[in-house]
Amino acid sequence: MSEALDPSIVALYVFVLACFIGYWVVWGVTPSLHTPLVALTNAISGIVLVGALLVAGDPNAGILVQIFGFLAVLLASINVFGGFLVTHRMLSMFKKKK
Amino acid sequence: MDLSVNHQALAYLVSAILFILGLKGLTHPATARRGNVYGMLGMLIAVSATLMSREVQSYGFIIAGVAAGAVIGGILAVRIQMTAMPQLVAALHSFVGMAAVLVGIGTFLHHRSLDLLNPVLMGEISAGVVIGAITFTGSVIAFGKLQGLLSGAPVKFTGQHLLNALIGLATIALAVHFAMTGNLLSLVAMTLLALLIGVTLIIPIGGADMPVIISMLNSYSGWAAAATGFTLHNNLLIIVGALVGCSGAILSYIMCKAMNRSILNVVFGGFGSESGGGESAGAQAAERGVKSASVEDAVYWMEDAGKVIIVPGYGMAVAQAQHALKELMELLQARDVEVKFAIHPVAGRMPGHMNVLLAEADIPYDNVLEMDEINPEFPGTDVVLVVGANDVVNPAAKEDSSSPIYGMPILEAGRARQVYFLKRSMRPGYSGVDNLLFYQENTSLVFGDAKDTIEGMNAALKGGGH
Repeated sequence: MSEALDPSIVALYVFVLACFIGYWVVWGVTPSLHTPLVALTNAISGIVLVGALLVAGDPNAGILVQIFGFLAVLLASINVFGGFLVTHRMLSMFKKKK
Repeated sequence: MDLSVNHQALAYLVSAILFILGLKGLTHPATARRGNVYGMLGMLIAVSATLMSREVQSYGFIIAGVAAGAVIGGILAVRIQMTAMPQLVAALHSFVGMAAVLVGIGTFLHHRSLDLLNPVLMGEISAGVVIGAITFTGSVIAFGKLQGLLSGAPVKFTGQHLLNALIGLATIALAVHFAMTGNLLSLVAMTLLALLIGVTLIIPIGGADMPVIISMLNSYSGWAAAATGFTLHNNLLIIVGALVGCSGAILSYIMCKAMNRSILNVVFGGFGSESGGGESAGAQAAERGVKSASVEDAVYWMEDAGKVIIVPGYGMAVAQAQHALKELMELLQARDVEVKFAIHPVAGRMPGHMNVLLAEADIPYDNVLEMDEINPEFPGTDVVLVVGANDVVNPAAKEDSSSPIYGMPILEAGRARQVYFLKRSMRPGYSGVDNLLFYQENTSLVFGDAKDTIEGMNAALKGGGH
């Protein structure tokens, strides 16, 4: 049997490659949309919601853990909804010359 | 429900691709809204796939949290004024930070009860909790400064850097101890110290550097999400965290470059004192050999001009003058005057702040140009109207090697035929540096509130005049 790869190493691969993608994609963003960029990255960093769901969603975890999970779900959801909506609101204002 | 781990991972892959395409959409205003929709779809898929997984079995807390979050987030997004966007962003960053802390500690408590702790996991938890905690308090302080609850002036004292270094070392020591032993007290102490670092890291940074602070905290919130991803072995969190972290880091770099300062100089520099003047603005101006002009003078030059460039700064946001500027643009265009807007990268309190305010006032984005595009146009321009900007047009940045802002790229407004500064007072800009442009032959200052002044111009132009 071959030696198993440590999952943390795989995670590191994913992380480093994603940094490269981020680097190239973000340099392409036009400066006039830098505020929407901050708002959109804000919304998608609400992805910690996924982590919060895992903490809040295990009924065997004990009430303290579930309360922590609930608060995390609440905060992350504010980010997700607030972030995407305000980005949408801003982007709808950018118009071309009539 | 019972979505298999592999199916969940595939759903996460789709979601990660949608997030990347979403950011890519921001390459151009025409594709940006579609990009935002991709982002929403990505989030929907990610959350659905998580809810259907084996690990999520109880939904009470989740439904309550998401519902409350949707209401609060929705209200914030709809109600917020565009001028207050930096505050909203700072608040949202703090939420990501706190959520990362809660997820980290929650995961620790859960795994401890199942006896599944190991040093690698606890090391990853430490990283997530520390970065999250710094993001949280740092963003709270930034929010306080932006909202005017705290002074925008940098807070500096002797031994500050030594103190920060000691707190940093203590935090790392506690993190190592926690990872080795799983001691709850170490975790709590480490979290408290990290919260303290967030405060001590942001208080010495001055108000003028707000665009950098916002970008830096944006980056931190991404790294916090990525660290949480390592903790949970969740590749989607790692990917998204890396994207966001990179985005914030790039913005920080762009902002620093636009001020010709290094990130270290911004973080440890403490730029931007606030000083007030006692004398009336007009008297001070005359004393120092500065010309002041009336609204009518400015209108006289603008109405017959071939080309007018407007340079907005944070003062425009404070005065809420963007709508009046749009009317001015239309009145001038009706007289066949070409009108353009010139934006410096660090104008305002966050990256791209001015562009959003002008867009809010319905000014088409093709009339709004970035520094590098517009600079060659100043020599052929009849009138430049500087509305609430200062340092970004100061020729001292090019000419005076002793000036603190020397080397910063500027909008070369002084090369136009006539320059009108709309100013409330003779107070220098945030950097505290005197503006050499005030004393130039072709420059005049129009004192007063920017919005009132522009509305006065609009009235004069409508009156038909000459």
